[in-house]
Amino acid sequence: MSDQLLQLLFAGLTLGSIYALIALALVTTFNLTGVLNLAQGEFVAIGALLAISIYAAGLPMAAAFILAVFLVAMLGGLLERTAIHTARQASGLTLIIITIGLAISLRGLALLVWGTETYSLPAFSGGGPLFIRGAAVTPQSLWVFGLVAVTLAVLYFFFEHTYWGKAVKASMVNRTAARLVGINPNTVSLLAFITSGALGAAAGIFIAPITMTTYDMGFMLGVKGFVAAVIGGLGNVGGAVLGGLLLGILESYSAGLISSGSKDAIAIIILLAVLLMRPGGLIGAIGQRKV
Amino acid sequence: MKNLLKFKSSNIMLVAVLALIILVSGCAAGGEKDKQNVSGEESYKIGAVIDISGNSSSLGVPERDTLQMLVENLNAGGGINGHPVELTILDNKSDETEAVLAAKTLIEQDVLAVLGCASSGPSMAMINTLQKEKVPMISMAAASSIVEPVEERHWVFKTAQSDIVTVSNIISYLKENGLTKVAFLYMNNAYGDGGKKAFLTAARENNVEVVVEEKFEASDKDMTAQLTRVKSSPAQATVVWAIPPSASILTKNYRDLGIAALLIHSHGVGNQKFIDLAQGAADGVILPIGKLTVVEQIPDDDPQKKVLQSYIDDYTKKYNMLPDSFGGYAWDAFHLVVKAIEKAGPDRGAIRDELENTREFVGVSGVFNMSPRDHNGLDKESMVMVRIENGKWKLLD
Repeated sequence: MSDQLLQLLFAGLTLGSIYALIALALVTTFNLTGVLNLAQGEFVAIGALLAISIYAAGLPMAAAFILAVFLVAMLGGLLERTAIHTARQASGLTLIIITIGLAISLRGLALLVWGTETYSLPAFSGGGPLFIRGAAVTPQSLWVFGLVAVTLAVLYFFFEHTYWGKAVKASMVNRTAARLVGINPNTVSLLAFITSGALGAAAGIFIAPITMTTYDMGFMLGVKGFVAAVIGGLGNVGGAVLGGLLLGILESYSAGLISSGSKDAIAIIILLAVLLMRPGGLIGAIGQRKV
Repeated sequence: MKNLLKFKSSNIMLVAVLALIILVSGCAAGGEKDKQNVSGEESYKIGAVIDISGNSSSLGVPERDTLQMLVENLNAGGGINGHPVELTILDNKSDETEAVLAAKTLIEQDVLAVLGCASSGPSMAMINTLQKEKVPMISMAAASSIVEPVEERHWVFKTAQSDIVTVSNIISYLKENGLTKVAFLYMNNAYGDGGKKAFLTAARENNVEVVVEEKFEASDKDMTAQLTRVKSSPAQATVVWAIPPSASILTKNYRDLGIAALLIHSHGVGNQKFIDLAQGAADGVILPIGKLTVVEQIPDDDPQKKVLQSYIDDYTKKYNMLPDSFGGYAWDAFHLVVKAIEKAGPDRGAIRDELENTREFVGVSGVFNMSPRDHNGLDKESMVMVRIENGKWKLLD
């Protein structure tokens, strides 16, 4: 029985890491621009599809990875300049609606380019799964854990320990004050979208060998990433990872121990419970922290 | 005011881009017509509604390609009794509502019969509309409920082996190998439900104990949680009712968990896509399937051998790739309806009667023997058990 619980935990951590990566990108953009980018899931899908196409064209995996991440980062920047920047004076709700429009457009674009077929990438490293006390962990899951850890560490270091990180956080808290001390919020916004494009694409490529990829995979991933970010507290990098892992583990345990039909319902129940009892998320939003 | 204008212009741009994309994708995925107007005799119209895009496109695309090839060949050879055939193929986008709308469009065009759909859900959806208008329908999907109860399916036939036929092959295999405890996993849709009903009934009748029963969604990305239950159960074999891509993900998870029990799939995984997506994990999977995939391994005196070989030759010459069992279902549906029109002429009622009287028709999916009690007409012999070895289908014993 304990083998089974351990196996479910590993499955949950893998799923949770996937959600955490998307939540991290969402939270980073939200932290720096105040925009909740609901097209984040589409960055994940397009990143993975691009990498698969480039890899299929004969380039080595590492080159496909770098090229796809670069292209999606540029796409993120382009979208920020054309859709977000031009409407930067609009209300937060309007901006969210614009990102929903972007998500639908990107999905349509992916459908035109890649069609409805399912694609997959080979795992990054060969060899079978590792067995820890009878429970299996695939090498690709370890890659995903690693990406989460590295991303979290880099973002944490940037925001808490660098001059630039503190500066951009300041520009979010008070735009006018930031301008007065020489930080341009428009540049910050552009960089935030470029970063979230790159982060989304990297996440997509890391999870492609596990989940396989279709043009419309971004929607569900985006929703789960959003739920994870809200559970953790929308403004908080550590909270995003915590929320993602928690969501993945709960889904896995509810599918494995209660019934497979219950897992999506559980995610929504948890979201509602968190929103009712701790509206700021489990860790809390940036506004409550000292900068 | 300036801000408002700015915001408005960006919004308009966005709406325009969106509209353009919807328009373009609508055109791309819209109706595909293949009209063959050969001068001379009046043409016979046949319609087809197929899952060309959407979830079941891996099934629908080979069916469309097969139909297009067959109608070209037929018209090149003079059509039916000198009448050219005009085939209209519509895309249902793997969606029930789209399937019904497409069926209505075809009825308005006065087609003599409707072929389709590739998957069970959309096929079920079209039945009422076509029965009411008294149009013969030949489905290419698996669920037995498409043609049963047969009293309520007067106008409906189908060419894919019913899940009952598939189940009886799997049960025989289990009994021959002394496997009495099995786990059963299925997709939560019309295909999975059909398989579950048929399998659980047959298992009960044959003293096969189902120790774990689990379902998953077609969109699920990971089935480790469900499989963990299988691993800790006493199951000697696992039977799975699914189509790719979820069937491929499940197979990969199964191998990663190192589950020792034998893995048995349904005929829903009968295409190369399943093996490709599973990336090696498919090796060792056992399943019942039509003879098409193992044609060079079946004996020369098999009644189907010549038909299978000629389908493979034609298809490979035209599309430069091997056909799969789904294309085979379309081959059978097309030939059944052409043969019926040949005898009955352009009369829907007479065509239906001819279809019901089909005897000993040697097709790709088996030898069809229709009757007023059986609108599928295939028996257990229409399938063989195969094992996947090194990414290839290998005939068992």
